[in-house]
Amino acid sequence: MANVFAFAETRNGELRKIGLEAVTAARAVAGATGGQVDAFIAGAPGVVSLSSQLAKYGADTVIVAEHAGFDKYNPEAIAAIVADRVRAGGYRVAIFPTSALGSDLAPRVAAKLGVGLVTDVTAITLQDGAVIVKHPVNIGKVLATVKLAATPALVAIRANMFTPVDKPHAGTVERAEPIGDPAASRVVVKEVKMGGGTKLDLGEAPVIVSGGRGLKGPENFHLIEELAAAFGNAAVGATRVVTDEGWRPHSDQIGQTGRLVSPQLYVAVGISGAIQHLAGMRTSKTIVAINKDKEAPIFKIADYGIVGDLFEIVPALIAAVKEAKARG
Amino acid sequence: MKIAVCIKRVPDMDVRFKIAAIGNAVDEVGLKFDMNDFDSWAVEAALQIKDKDPATEVVVVSLGTDAVQETIRKALAMGADRGVELKSAQIPFDGFVIAKAIAAELKDGGFDLILFGKQSADSSNGVVGAMVGELLGMPVVTGISKLDIAGHTGSAKREIEGGQEFVEFPLPAVLTIDQGLNIARYPALKGIMAAKKKPLDVKPVQLGEPSVTVIQMELPAERAPGRIIGEGAAAVPELVGLLQTEAKVL
Repeated sequence: MANVFAFAETRNGELRKIGLEAVTAARAVAGATGGQVDAFIAGAPGVVSLSSQLAKYGADTVIVAEHAGFDKYNPEAIAAIVADRVRAGGYRVAIFPTSALGSDLAPRVAAKLGVGLVTDVTAITLQDGAVIVKHPVNIGKVLATVKLAATPALVAIRANMFTPVDKPHAGTVERAEPIGDPAASRVVVKEVKMGGGTKLDLGEAPVIVSGGRGLKGPENFHLIEELAAAFGNAAVGATRVVTDEGWRPHSDQIGQTGRLVSPQLYVAVGISGAIQHLAGMRTSKTIVAINKDKEAPIFKIADYGIVGDLFEIVPALIAAVKEAKARG
Repeated sequence: MKIAVCIKRVPDMDVRFKIAAIGNAVDEVGLKFDMNDFDSWAVEAALQIKDKDPATEVVVVSLGTDAVQETIRKALAMGADRGVELKSAQIPFDGFVIAKAIAAELKDGGFDLILFGKQSADSSNGVVGAMVGELLGMPVVTGISKLDIAGHTGSAKREIEGGQEFVEFPLPAVLTIDQGLNIARYPALKGIMAAKKKPLDVKPVQLGEPSVTVIQMELPAERAPGRIIGEGAAAVPELVGLLQTEAKVL
């Protein structure tokens, strides 16, 4: 029997989708062996109200750490509580998100426990008692199968790989108290600035519309924004050239040194398909490319390519997508 | 100020990789190697501090075979003061094993800042920097894209999904560097000549037993070959049709 710990990431008192994905991944691992899933959430007082959602996706127990100082990410205090709970819980596996928060938290916890950690994990299995995971290496050009021998095995999952599945369990709430004073943490998040209220995150959006050098300048990015708006469920991405030029913020960059994304639909506009960019989006389910150069490498991986002037094609596509959406 | 920068030698990614006969590694024959991109930005961050305060000492540390000396020399050519090779027959996948070796080396060094790249292009695991910070009991800030140091206090910006976090921390501290902090300088000829005379200590390390091991590597399934469906705006209706009926994403 394998009991599994899942760190369910929250932000501003809401669960992030990858938080539910962590619980879903934990349920799948525990379920195969009749084990229990303990989900962990931390946040400002009131975050306990999220417990029912975690129960719905398979948490037997929800460990809740509420504190006024947890309204923002408090790396040292959260790592201390999580390491303590994981150590005490006797888990076979502890699952974290590979996100800005998870990538900061998980290695801290691993070092406190004195074990290794595999991040950006796309699959987890138990084989004869061993924890075996899949982890892309070499910018996604090679897939590694990795064995974790230590108990607990610490893994951080990639977003969009473990679709949340309804599996209601009890979700009994258990409280976790901070260890020491959270206000004494040395690393302090002073401020969080969000890009905009309704903006979908690149890691979670089902559709991504991305622009490259072919847009010719930041003044033309409204075409990308409008196409994303036409889809309705889309986030906007960019290539490294575009973010290096300052046309878009670095946080929008998709690629080897930016975000790795796997949406249902990726629309590449004015993007030639440099290796650095392909590394970040090649696992997208369906890829559309619009580019004036029919020899551009992006067309080698695009399911649907259109060759031509994006300034003519994109407005037509915006209109056609709006019409298709209107027809339902 | 005394700064350590930990760098990794990684293969150039612009190739078709082959799996080695052993089955759990990439065939290194014919690969070109260079400093990991994120690590070059960490070196640059240290050198920008040194540009302002020439009394700053920048020490570059790399773990691996003697081949890493080339990567260390590049950092010295950019302007770092001295190098340390933590000599090991291989670079294990288990970041914790690496972190322990690096922490042991840096523990008594009196460093004000220890910098890492956010992650390496080859193992793509991004864990060593934060682990070293934990092992040394130092404050850690990961994935920073802006950095200011004033006396014994630092402030940094972290990119998070859909926004940014602004973080303050005391020195000494461990930081991992994201894209956007700076653009790494190229070594000038003068720097390349000077680097040959800069000290490079070779220190053999005994790595601990890894708990995380790669048991197999494979090339992921290739995508179906691309398909151009048409030219110009005239192809848009067909595209929308395919997105609705074939891809079922609209």
